Amino acid sequence: MLYNEPNPLETRVLTKRFGIPNSEKAEVYVANGGYQAFLKATGMPPEKIIEEVKVSNLRGRGGAGFPTGLKWSFVPRTSPKPKYLICNADESEPGTCKDRLLMEYDPHQLIEGMLIGGLAVDSHKGYIYIRGEYRYLITMMEHAIDDAYAHGWLGKNIQGTGFDFDLYVHTGAGAYECGEETALLDSIEGKRGVPRMKPPFPAVAGAWGCPTLLNNVETYSAVPNIIRDGGAAFAALGTPKNGGTRLVCLSGHVNKPGVYEIPLGYPMLEFIEKFGGGVRGGKKLKAVIPGGSSCPVLTASECDIIMDYDTLAKAGSMLGSGGMVVIDEDTCMVKAALRIMRFYAHESCGWCVPCREGTTWLRKMLQRFHDGMGQASDIPIIGQVSKNMLGRTFCALGDAAAMPTISIVEKFREEFEAHLDGRPCPYEHKPAMALA
Amino acid sequence: MSDIVHLTVDGKAIEAPPGTLLINAVKRAGIEIPAFCYYDGLKLQAACRMCLVEVEKTPKLQVACTLPVAEGMVVHTDTPTVHEARKGMVEFLLTNHPLDCPVCDKGGECELQDMTFRYGFGESRFLEQKQHIDEKQWSAVVYFDRPRCINCYRCIRVCDEGMGLTALGITNRGVLAEIIPNEHDHLNCDECGMCIDICPVGALTSGMYRYKTRPWEMKHVGTICTHCSNGCKTTLGVRNDEIIRGNNRDRSGLNGEFLCIKGRYAFDFTHHAERLQSPLVRRNGKLEAASWSEALAEVAKNWTAIKQRGGRFGVIGSTRTTNEENFFLQKFARQVLGTNNIDHHRSGDVPTLLDALSGRTDALATTADFYERKAVLIVGADLSQEQPFLAWQVRANVRHHNAHIYVATPGPVREDRVAAASVRYQEGGELASLENLREKLRAEPELVVAFGDAIQGDAVRQLVNFGDSLGVPVKYVALLDYSNSRGALDMGLLPHLGPGYHAVDTPGMSLAAMLADESLDALWVVGANPLGRHVLAASKPFVVVQDLFLTDTAEHAAVVFPAASAYEKSGTVTNLCGEVQRLEAAIKVAGTKPDLEIFGLLAREMGANLGIWQASKIFEEIRGSVRGYNIPLPILTTGGAAQTAALNGHVPAPPRAERIQAAHNTLFTSGSLGQFSRTLQVVLEAPGALYQGR
Amino acid sequence: MTFSPALEARFAKLLTIYPEGRQRSAVVPMLMYAQDEVGCVTRELVEEVARRCGVQPMQVDEVIGYYSMLHTKPLGKYHIQVCTNISCLLTGGEELYEHAKKTLGIGNKEVTPDGLFSLEEVECMGACSWAPAVEVNYDFHHHVTCEKLDRLIEDLRKLK
Ligand SMILES: Cc1cc2nc3c(=O)[nH]c(=O)nc-3n(C[C@H](O)[C@H](O)[C@H](O)COP(=O)(O)O)c2cc1C
Ligand code: SF4
Ligand code: SF4
Ligand code: SF4
Ligand code: FES
Ligand code: FES
Repeated sequence: MLYNEPNPLETRVLTKRFGIPNSEKAEVYVANGGYQAFLKATGMPPEKIIEEVKVSNLRGRGGAGFPTGLKWSFVPRTSPKPKYLICNADESEPGTCKDRLLMEYDPHQLIEGMLIGGLAVDSHKGYIYIRGEYRYLITMMEHAIDDAYAHGWLGKNIQGTGFDFDLYVHTGAGAYECGEETALLDSIEGKRGVPRMKPPFPAVAGAWGCPTLLNNVETYSAVPNIIRDGGAAFAALGTPKNGGTRLVCLSGHVNKPGVYEIPLGYPMLEFIEKFGGGVRGGKKLKAVIPGGSSCPVLTASECDIIMDYDTLAKAGSMLGSGGMVVIDEDTCMVKAALRIMRFYAHESCGWCVPCREGTTWLRKMLQRFHDGMGQASDIPIIGQVSKNMLGRTFCALGDAAAMPTISIVEKFREEFEAHLDGRPCPYEHKPAMALA
Repeated sequence: MSDIVHLTVDGKAIEAPPGTLLINAVKRAGIEIPAFCYYDGLKLQAACRMCLVEVEKTPKLQVACTLPVAEGMVVHTDTPTVHEARKGMVEFLLTNHPLDCPVCDKGGECELQDMTFRYGFGESRFLEQKQHIDEKQWSAVVYFDRPRCINCYRCIRVCDEGMGLTALGITNRGVLAEIIPNEHDHLNCDECGMCIDICPVGALTSGMYRYKTRPWEMKHVGTICTHCSNGCKTTLGVRNDEIIRGNNRDRSGLNGEFLCIKGRYAFDFTHHAERLQSPLVRRNGKLEAASWSEALAEVAKNWTAIKQRGGRFGVIGSTRTTNEENFFLQKFARQVLGTNNIDHHRSGDVPTLLDALSGRTDALATTADFYERKAVLIVGADLSQEQPFLAWQVRANVRHHNAHIYVATPGPVREDRVAAASVRYQEGGELASLENLREKLRAEPELVVAFGDAIQGDAVRQLVNFGDSLGVPVKYVALLDYSNSRGALDMGLLPHLGPGYHAVDTPGMSLAAMLADESLDALWVVGANPLGRHVLAASKPFVVVQDLFLTDTAEHAAVVFPAASAYEKSGTVTNLCGEVQRLEAAIKVAGTKPDLEIFGLLAREMGANLGIWQASKIFEEIRGSVRGYNIPLPILTTGGAAQTAALNGHVPAPPRAERIQAAHNTLFTSGSLGQFSRTLQVVLEAPGALYQGR
Repeated sequence: MTFSPALEARFAKLLTIYPEGRQRSAVVPMLMYAQDEVGCVTRELVEEVARRCGVQPMQVDEVIGYYSMLHTKPLGKYHIQVCTNISCLLTGGEELYEHAKKTLGIGNKEVTPDGLFSLEEVECMGACSWAPAVEVNYDFHHHVTCEKLDRLIEDLRKLK
């Protein structure tokens, strides 16, 4: 059973097998066209595989949107060191719940994507780093991997192609920061998930000091489709430089929240209407978090745009991880800012000063503010403290905490003012957040 | 590739070798970039973000402590954005900082205070509740106050990289991240205090110094540690004639900032309650306090009588007294008492080594060689325990220069962890074990060989032969015990050798022979405790002792003189590498006198003229007459270390070979003296043991 | 320490899947699986995992405090984790959490006296499109309402 009804308007590329029973069985995958792309790739020179991925205009689905083919080309494939392939399945960005589905409903698509990655960069060992909360998925993924071994899709001399590849699952243990690629590397090495200095980049010195290719679940899952149908076909689904489809995790105040696959470049308001069934309870749209809680918030009037990496960047936000949160008119934005900051303060690894101290300071300040003990002078300080973090932290978590906060203070200043002088939160008396 | 990079910093053109970090490169232009987490010699962190600067053509501020210089780079360290960023970082750091500066040990020496003053806001915008966590005691030495910690990770790094121990870690995350000790709730470590002194704030404090005083109430005296033979400079903080702390934060001396627990904290014997503060004379079988004149007269009377009747004297000198004292003592023995029966507790076979290397000018290693040379071989020593500073040098050499370390020991040692190869031997198999390293050693471009007392006599020559056979330049060090073990040898506290290893006409009795001599009439022991381990064969000798405490030997004395310790006198000492350094008196302990003065007074009482007993005058004599000691004075007077020159000429072997037996102190023992250091007694790790791999 | 054969088998596999000499990588997975069996990360477990992975116990201490799912105090038999992060907040996650506190009579990270339940307010658990979400041990519950939560708790109580 799927978690939400699919929508007929979806462009189902990565999700086309969703709903087929026994997805963890390799045979089921093969019966539905699976592993053909891998076999095709074994007949391609590695440069050609990477070229195809470049042509597809696939960009990293983990959040940063880095061109995937380019990243693959950075791995020194001729290095004498072992090369590792890592899949980032830490999926912890608030608002994001798509990697879960890709692993649950089509685990072999991910395995196949990683196999192709292995061919491309000459790697023979891979790890899927799955967040600890997804224990059931870890078990499912292990079953899928076991079945792939049993049917000769993993292990030595896969399907007689001469290619060896071993794949393992590594469990996380509750830490958003471990989704940051270099923190993930320290984490998989058994340490605290603290990010590393870059350079060197993981492609050159990653897991255990060896060249490492690291991608998100959705990124790897797109690859078999690219190889099978050609990079150009995938690219054509999206907009220039923004190839293919995305799984958008629609949540918040919409009638039909759910994860939907749409081509890049789909208009945002239309998506909220046609997929989400519009804002719940016929209320007005107040704001949208377009791609996970790290993104600057867009006001309703800023939402009349298409959804691709470049357009959102132009709009001052990000496509991020695909977690789109819709916020209606009855929502307190101070509260939203507070909840978001509580998250970052809780998740800061504590390595660098501005993020460690800044997130907690802002959390405490926003809490006091929301509790009605704010002062007018706090409002600019919230913005300034956030800006003192922005661009100055060791890793992007500090930015992720600063950006939404700055956007909320700037765009919803009057809501902050409405909390002043000991006034209670103007939204809390409403029975607004009634349950679905 | 060009070997010089040109860049512009605040409008000034500067040059730096490629790879130089921006934070260091700007110093050439007299520009300072503030830093907490960057620490010379330790791994890069980029955590405190104090060092952010503007670099043209990069959108974000850049971290100067990890950014290598690049050709044509244009840097601005003095813009409003940079200032505002620094202000922001200081402000962040202060949000959870308790600001209890008035009661903090670090007050006045705190880097956070300084930075706040120089770069911070005047007032705080932080109105929230600060996070409080109770202070913890991790050991007798180390206390941790989390709220003051700024998470610069210096402590973790200095323990891991510098000490080779990894006794500190960090747990929790975010604002709750917290430094932790290796044994969950306490430390089991070297107790060196490196972490405490490197802490930029008052988060780590020492049990010895906490809440005792304010830094500005002390005077600071740089002198040489009295404990082992490595010769570390320790800067003693003194208030009201009491030593309150030791450290070497100014990095003066050959040890830089390094000190072990002994150099940093084991000064406390100076004010131990049992310190002798008056001469003692035995009356009716009991030692009783006496005046100096009574005691001096008592000794002179007895010695004169013994001398007149042709009695036998024995003199045992010290490994902690100064060169001047040792020189004067042997002169006293030879010229006034007329005996060559003089010796000291020998711990390494320096005479044989000097003889074997006679005529070579570049074969004696310095302490710096342990950091600079490409390869080091350690034979028969638990370096981290017995020679803490040399071990520090070796670790730094591996970290900074990828040096190759070779170890030949009877059991596991800490150096194994960084060693290119380690071999184990059973007693007697020392030299044979080296054969297993021969091929590797031959491939090294150069080598330093350090050996303990397992190699002595002929084995020293064999070791040098082995070194010669490698076909690479080799330098040697014979490892020794105490702060002036080397000086005792050089100054001729030996029965067969006078100062500078010149043969004496008729060799006297060795230490062992004196103790075993049933007809010994007088024994004079200066700063040594031979009766702690041996018995005296003679039944009724007249024993005179000069010491700080009533040692086992002093218990047998007829007269005991209360001596000043090394921290209470001036003069020079020579470390195991032959590096001469100056002592500076830090305090005066009432009732005591430096040994030199006691010698002088005794000489006068005996009516002998040995010249003026002033250290500087005697050192002039040493420079003029002792082989190898014609060293440049300015180096010494400015607090430096000058290595003595190699010998040219034969050093005669003792008439009868005797086994040299070093004390083999651990980090937590220091011969008899160690028993009077509360610090060394109370730490959980004491007394420690060798060859445990720690 | 001895563990169930299934856990021992998992440990054995964990020690083989990382590159030679990199068994430190198994520390976190071992703790995660072992705490389910032991109840929480005890001192004994720390020492045991350190020994098996060839690290210092302190290096295990370092990670325990870092990862929010590693617990040094026993949890309830059913650990109820309520998400109040943004998507859940917008759909009633906070009310749900308050309700759970009342129903169970315990606060954040507390355990009921019978040891049956513990409660934790957690961050986004990857169920945002089906919010508000609750995870009981490792089982996800989507679109949870106060009534659904009460029923769930009742069922678990009966199950014991
Ligand atoms: C704080 C932080 C958390 C992140 N969390 C995740 C995550 O949970 N999953 C993910 O795939 N990428 C995450 N990323 C992005 C990764 O660092 C990395 O860019 C990505 O995994 C690369 O894969 P991609 O190129 O396929 O997107 C995170 C980044 C940051 C800064
Ligand atoms: S910004 Fe700094 S403290 Fe925050 S998660 Fe990244 S490294 Fe850690
Ligand atoms: S006292 Fe020395 S050995 Fe002990 S934790 Fe500090 S630095 Fe490490
Ligand atoms: S205790 Fe001191 S040295 Fe260690 S991290 Fe904290 S501030 Fe830095
Ligand atoms: S000194 Fe550069 S970040 Fe700390
Ligand atoms: S916000 Fe609650 S599961 Fe994502």
